[in-house]
Amino acid sequence: MTDPEDPRRALARQFIEALPHCKALGLMVDDVQDGFAAMSMPWNDMLVGDPTTVVIHGGAVSSLMDTCSGTAVIAHPRGPTSTATLDLRIDYMRPATPGQSITAEATCYHMTRTVAFVRAVATDDDSDNPVATATGAFTVKT
Amino acid sequence: MTHTRPEPVQVVKQRRDAALKALVDGIPYVTFLGIAFERHGDELTTVLNYKDDLIGNPTLPALHGGVTAAFLETTALIELGWQHLWSEIESGRLDAETLGPATLPRMPKTIDITVDYLRTGLPRDAYARAHVNRSGRRYASVRIEAWQDNRQRPFAQATGHFLMPTPSEE
Repeated sequence: MTDPEDPRRALARQFIEALPHCKALGLMVDDVQDGFAAMSMPWNDMLVGDPTTVVIHGGAVSSLMDTCSGTAVIAHPRGPTSTATLDLRIDYMRPATPGQSITAEATCYHMTRTVAFVRAVATDDDSDNPVATATGAFTVKT
Repeated sequence: MTHTRPEPVQVVKQRRDAALKALVDGIPYVTFLGIAFERHGDELTTVLNYKDDLIGNPTLPALHGGVTAAFLETTALIELGWQHLWSEIESGRLDAETLGPATLPRMPKTIDITVDYLRTGLPRDAYARAHVNRSGRRYASVRIEAWQDNRQRPFAQATGHFLMPTPSEE
């Protein structure tokens, strides 16, 4: 974890946590570094996708991964001013455990003048076993 | 020589609408996003009713990419569930009136989904339809397309793979 006073993290948190859909999901920015972001989504009954198993809907996990990936792009040292998702692939390894919050970490591992490439992983309390992974391509506006 | 008359239209409609309602009711996330389902015969169109909560970028403004992904994934899952349920209901193996959590077939599970963002999702209603490329005993491949004002100009499309529920799980 970084120092809670870290200005970049504070700025990212202010910005991300104010976006309407992120607010609706209760997304929290946990960490921001060069080309890296960590975020969490607290457990919420309203996000359940299968009432029989009480497992969270994959779509909510997608929203978390997409937001986290976009933040990793903005946090890249090359300093893009804005970004948008071009393509996002999500692989679901296992159902998330009901009642637990989900944490995502995204790394922007390569950036050209126009495109950013991102990998992300989401876990619940069992952080050694990913719930889902994502790879995406994002637009870069400088 | 006996001739069975076709069922009255109300009976058919009521049965099919009850089956669809049983399938989609009680999925909290569907309510959270505000997704509705329109049925024409067996064809389903999912409708994402716009609300400000769905915005990801307020300066454009644009729908959140995650919302778009979730909308497409839900469309695929419900289409797969619906196709299975349709044959069960129409064959009389399941009774639409008594469908509930205990009798409903289990939902498929998403293995992977790749979302292609073609243009900005505008702050207005969106529609989507799924096309099942292949549905086997264990796996299904589904293509989904979402549009807003113009059906010919989709704002997102996706391909996903899904794990079908095994009979023992049903």
